[in-house]
Amino acid sequence: MQEGMVKRASELLADGTVVRVLGWKNGEFVYDPTPAVFESVEALSDFVYNDFCASNLSKYLVALSKKEGKTLVFLKPCDSYSFNQLLTEHRVDREKVYIIGISCDGKVDESKLRAQGAEGVTGIATDGDTITVSTLYGDVQLKKADVIAERCVTCKSKKVVAYDEMMGENGEENPDCGRFDQVAALEAMTPDERFAFWRNELSKCIRCNACRNICPACTCEQCVFDNPKSGISQKAAADSFEENMFHIIRAFHVAGRCTDCGECSRVCPQHIPLHLLNRKFIKEMNECYGEYQAGAEAGSRAPLVNFTQEDCEPSIVYTKEASK
Amino acid sequence: MKKISLTKLDEFFAAVAASQNLYLPVDGAKGAEYSLWTEGTVMSKAYNTLRSAKDFFFPQVETLAAFKVNGKNIEVEDVRKETEDFVVFGVRACDAKSFEILDSVYLADPVDSYYASRREHGVIMTLSCKKPTETCFCKAFGIDAANPGGDVSCWMTDSELLLQANTEKGEALLASLSILEEADDNAADSEKEKLQTILDKLPLGNLSTESFGGDKLMALFNSDKWEALSESCLACGTCTFVCPTCQCYDIRDYDTGHGVQRFRCWDSCMYSDFTLCAHGNTRNTQMQRFRQRFMHKLVYYPANNNGVFGCVGCGRCLRSCPISMNIVKVMKALEG
Repeated sequence: MQEGMVKRASELLADGTVVRVLGWKNGEFVYDPTPAVFESVEALSDFVYNDFCASNLSKYLVALSKKEGKTLVFLKPCDSYSFNQLLTEHRVDREKVYIIGISCDGKVDESKLRAQGAEGVTGIATDGDTITVSTLYGDVQLKKADVIAERCVTCKSKKVVAYDEMMGENGEENPDCGRFDQVAALEAMTPDERFAFWRNELSKCIRCNACRNICPACTCEQCVFDNPKSGISQKAAADSFEENMFHIIRAFHVAGRCTDCGECSRVCPQHIPLHLLNRKFIKEMNECYGEYQAGAEAGSRAPLVNFTQEDCEPSIVYTKEASK
Repeated sequence: MKKISLTKLDEFFAAVAASQNLYLPVDGAKGAEYSLWTEGTVMSKAYNTLRSAKDFFFPQVETLAAFKVNGKNIEVEDVRKETEDFVVFGVRACDAKSFEILDSVYLADPVDSYYASRREHGVIMTLSCKKPTETCFCKAFGIDAANPGGDVSCWMTDSELLLQANTEKGEALLASLSILEEADDNAADSEKEKLQTILDKLPLGNLSTESFGGDKLMALFNSDKWEALSESCLACGTCTFVCPTCQCYDIRDYDTGHGVQRFRCWDSCMYSDFTLCAHGNTRNTQMQRFRQRFMHKLVYYPANNNGVFGCVGCGRCLRSCPISMNIVKVMKALEG
C-alpha cells in the first residue's frame, strides 16, 4: 500500500492540488515511525506506511488547516471518525484538507511483541498473518492476531467515514465488536472492587499528559490544568483525589465527543487502560439516549448537547438497585 | 569480591532487608517496576524497569514545608521525617550513572538537603545487564554496562551472584552480610565477556556524540533542523518523566483548607508554563521547548560539567514517546 500512497501523494503535490502531505516518516527501527509533513516529492522518499503507523493524524490538521494551501492526509478508519468530530466542532477547515482514506486491518502493538519474547528487535518482516521478528537473541515467529493492539482487537469500524478518495476497498462497521465487554465486567464488580481497580490503575499516573495531548477531542487552546490562572492548574497530582480528578474530568469533558479511537491508552507510558473510562460514558449514553457514534457523521448533534422532551432521566434509570 | 549461590538468593535478600528497606525490580502486568522486597518477592529478569530509579532520590512529588495560618500568625512547619536507610538492588549501569548527573546538580552548592538526605541513606547495588536491548545506547556516553558502578556492583552467573564493593557505604553493607562468601577478584570476567559480545552487536552501539558538547552551542542552537524534528511533538511530558536524568522541578502551593502545603513536583520543559516568569515565557513555541530539552542534554549540561553529557542512553524515551521522536533521531538528524 505504501507504494500506492507515495505515488498518489507525488501526483497531488506535482499537480498543485495540495502543498503538503501529512503522513508517517521512517524511524530508527521498523516499529517507530513518526508523524511527519512532507512538502516535496523528494521528501516522500522517507514516507512509510506499515503495521506500526498507529498515530491518529487528525489532530495535526487543527494547526495544518490554518496554514496556506491544502494538506493531503491519509486517514485510517478510526482517524476519519476523529476528523469528522473535529469538523463538527469547527476545529478544522474541510476546504483546506484533501483526504485519502486507507483501509486498516489493525496495528501491531510493539509492547505485545516484547511481551511475547521479542526483545532486542533488529528487524520485523510480515508475511500474511505471520510476523517474524529478528532479535539480538534469535528470530521469534508470532501470529499477527496475537500482537495486534487491544483497541484493534475490538475495532468498531473498518469504514473510512470522511474522504475525498479511497485507496482500495472501504470496509464495514462492526457493531458486534464486543468493545463494551470490559466495561460490563467493571460494572459487574462491587463498588469497592471497582474503586480498588481504578485506584490501582490511576495511582500509576505520572501526569505526563500524553493521553490529553494525543486526544483528538482535547483541542482547547489552553487546558484548564495548564493555566496558572485557573486555580486548579496541576503539574503533578498532590494527592489521590487530584489523581482521580484529572482523568475523570477529562472523561467528562470528552463525553459525547470521544470517538473511541483508543489513542489515550496507546500512548500511556504507564499502560493505564484510560479508554475504559470513555467507553463507560459511551455505553451509558447509548443506553440512555439510543445508539450514537461520535464522528460517524460530520455535523451530527451529540445526545448531551441535544435536549429532547423524550430524554430519559439518568438518575432514574440508574437507581442504585437497577440492574443496568 | 564476594559471592553467594543463586539457590540462596532469597536468603540474601532477606539478610539485606533485615536492617533496611530493600527495593528491587519486580514484574508487573506491563513491565518491571521497583518494589519493596518482602518474603516471596521474585526479582524481574526484564532488561530494565519501565520507570527509572530517580524517584528514590528525587520523587515526583514531595512536600517541602507546611504553613498553618492562625489569624495574623503564620506558622512554618518542617514536615521532613527522618529518612530511613534503604537499598536499591538491580540498578543498571545507565541508571547508576544518572545519579552522578543528578548529584552534580543537587549536591552542588547550595546543597539540596532533601535530595542529599536520601542519597546519604540509600545504597545502590547495581546489576550487570544480561540482555541489553536494541534501544540501549549507554556506550555512546562512555558507560560500561559490564562494570555497572554504584556502591556495590553485582554480576549474575548461571549459578552465583558476585558482588564487588565500590564505596565505603558498599564495603560496610557487604561486611554486614555474613551470608556472603569470598570469591576470586576475576570471577565475573567471563560474565563481562559474554555481555561484551552482545554490546558489540547493539544497533545503536556506535551512536556518536562527536557533533555535540558545550563548544557547539551556536551552530546547534541555530540549526534549521529543529522545526522539522519538533513538528509532530505533542508537548506531553512523557520523555522528561521517564528520563533518569531530567531534573527540573516546579514549586507549588496546595491549599489544604486550613493551611498551605508547599510541594515540589517534576516539571517538564515540554510544558507551556515551564519557566514561566512574571514577564511571560522565554520559550513561546513548541520548537523552542523541544530544542531546550536536547540542547540541555547535549550542549548546556556538558558545557557546565566538564563535557559530561546529560543523557545515559537508557532508551526509555525511545520506547515511550507517543510519536516516536527521541534523542537518537535528534542526534542523527543534527549531525547528518
